[in-house]
Amino acid sequence: MPLLALIPALPLTGFLVLFLGGRRFSRNVIAGIGAGSVIASAVFTLLWGIRFLQSPPAGGAWTQSLWQWFRVESLSVGIDLRLDALSLLFVFIITFVGALIHIYSVAFMRQDRDYARFFASMNLFVCSMLLLVMADNLVLLYLGWEGVGLCSYLLIGFWYEKPANCYAANKAFYITRIGDTAMAIGLFLLFKELGTLSIPGILNQAPQHFARSASYSTLIPLLLLAGGIGKSAQLPLQTWLPDAMAGPSPVSALIHAATMVTAGVYLIARMHGLFLLSPMAMSVTAVIGAITLFIAGCSALVQTDIKRILAYSTISQIGYMFLALGVGAWSAAIFHFFTHAFFKALLFLAAGVVIEALHHEHNIFKMGGLRQKMPLLFYTFLSGAASLAALPLITAGFFSKDQILWYAWSAGNGNILLWAIALAGAFITACYSTRLLLVVFWGEAKTPVGKFGGRLIYLPLITLAALSLISGFIEWPHNILHLTLFSDELQQVLPATILQENHPPEFLLQGIAATATIAGIYMGYHWYYPITGRIYRWQAGTRMLAFRSFLLDGWKFDQLYRTLFIQPFLYLTRINKNDVFDRVYSGIARGSVSLNRLFSASQNGSLRWYIAAVLIGILFIVTLQLLL
Amino acid sequence: MTSFNTNTVLIVAAILFVLGLIGVLTRRNIIFLLLSAEIMLNAAGIAFVAAGAKWQQPDGQVMFLMILAMAAAEVSVGLALVLQIFHQHKTLDVDNLNELSD
Repeated sequence: MPLLALIPALPLTGFLVLFLGGRRFSRNVIAGIGAGSVIASAVFTLLWGIRFLQSPPAGGAWTQSLWQWFRVESLSVGIDLRLDALSLLFVFIITFVGALIHIYSVAFMRQDRDYARFFASMNLFVCSMLLLVMADNLVLLYLGWEGVGLCSYLLIGFWYEKPANCYAANKAFYITRIGDTAMAIGLFLLFKELGTLSIPGILNQAPQHFARSASYSTLIPLLLLAGGIGKSAQLPLQTWLPDAMAGPSPVSALIHAATMVTAGVYLIARMHGLFLLSPMAMSVTAVIGAITLFIAGCSALVQTDIKRILAYSTISQIGYMFLALGVGAWSAAIFHFFTHAFFKALLFLAAGVVIEALHHEHNIFKMGGLRQKMPLLFYTFLSGAASLAALPLITAGFFSKDQILWYAWSAGNGNILLWAIALAGAFITACYSTRLLLVVFWGEAKTPVGKFGGRLIYLPLITLAALSLISGFIEWPHNILHLTLFSDELQQVLPATILQENHPPEFLLQGIAATATIAGIYMGYHWYYPITGRIYRWQAGTRMLAFRSFLLDGWKFDQLYRTLFIQPFLYLTRINKNDVFDRVYSGIARGSVSLNRLFSASQNGSLRWYIAAVLIGILFIVTLQLLL
Repeated sequence: MTSFNTNTVLIVAAILFVLGLIGVLTRRNIIFLLLSAEIMLNAAGIAFVAAGAKWQQPDGQVMFLMILAMAAAEVSVGLALVLQIFHQHKTLDVDNLNELSD
């Protein structure tokens, strides 16, 4: 059995070295340590992944107990790592995409003052995320969960001189905290019910236990779902992710697109045993995913900031994963995570290049004409956008999204309504991907294009572009080609998807999905192709503008929360400015001060006065003695 | 030994004590304060002796000897303090020596 601990330990070492001695090293050394540690992790993952696939271990997992973390009564929590097919996939994405993004960052962050701090935080993030997915018990998972939240905070606020960035970092931290608290309560309830927090233990015991007493069988998965919603930016806790784009582009690519935001998907897939026991929790998951994917997709349609478009698109794509989880299409959700990680990381990295080349211009309507100026970037971006739009048969995004669409109707929990929303989402996705591509790369250049790029920038882009085209080929729809390497492997961990009895024929749904995609691409072309550009004439209407600004602000969720929570809270703080409870304490203070005045008046320094006081005291005591 | 009335002696002691007390309360010069305190100590000593004589016990006289020794010690320390006070403040008036007031 390989030494599993090495995979998270390498980035941890990188973090410690950079954190403790970062300022003393030269930039080359920092880059070597920061990127090297993650690359080494990726190499080990690849080697052991091949070994895992060639000779699967007994029980489908390698486990390794490092040491006991703490022990209270019957609760014993160890630093135990576990690598099965599901975590192997996540570890692969985290280390491999992470390594590519680290390579990109070596060049991208070259000019930054805090080079070492950047790589230290990124390494800590990779380490925490690896702990999260390799944890054998939920406490260790929670440690990683909070660790990635911390790193997300640190990296969103990386350029901390700008107050807006710190505000965005705080917002991300607070809002995910709501979900984390719910998740912690869920863990407490799980321990109270089952008496264990080890993941295999929970999955083994849950069916018998909750068959006997179903008191918490819905509440616990709902609380875990709330944790996942917070981390994965789903409705109603999605508002932090668009603002999280304040961080550097590699951070957005790694943390806020490829890995951390999918932690919620991982958690639900990991705890599938609990979710399967509660049909309600499954339905809630599916409905949240469906609504989120639609709402976020609509918002992505009108954004003008290139990174915010991608952020809303990320929320929307994670919505697809939640929908798939909710309908019971476990491996389809993970498959979409797999392809999404490639193409979304690619899009963010490419967007970073665009922003740098155009001197920090974020507004896509001030870009344009990059197709001729940066052809290599254009082709990589094109493959990413095509994959996001799920262009049929040639992109990875098609294979994963088509599977979700198919299961949204035909899987056990699926129904036509979920399918319709997902289909509308697919149309919108294709539409905004086309819009993004056309506005940024066609037309005339509106901002002078600077020089930006290099081998280290383009190597990850090209690798990810290739992967976002071909990575879908490992899992084909059943009716086209019987090749399902991906779900076969995941079958060891996740239950197979159960189909409804009378579901529509698969090819029909595939045809509709492909048509929706192509229609979406055509609509995007129709509206935004610079020569026709109907949307510019459209924009004149006031009602249209109001609707656009409604979508632009992400369906006004921020304003809603401001009126619902922030303003009442501020109102309460204002009326409570002279704190009610404070009155008691300030009363005590004032009382002691006045007593002090009283007694210090008696200390007048006159000797005779003292003697008389002593005399009076004695007389008083003597009189008392005589009287009593 | 002529017999005596314990009450008479105690009354004398009380008068002495009150005299000393009035001295302490009314005098302004520290030296007179010390003298008045001595008078009060002596009043207490007389009361002890009278009590020892009444119950035919030596304790009263032992106590008086102790008071005598203590008074000597007190006076020596007290006079040294008085000297110091006069040295620093150039006055022995207690009403002016109220530096310890709040």
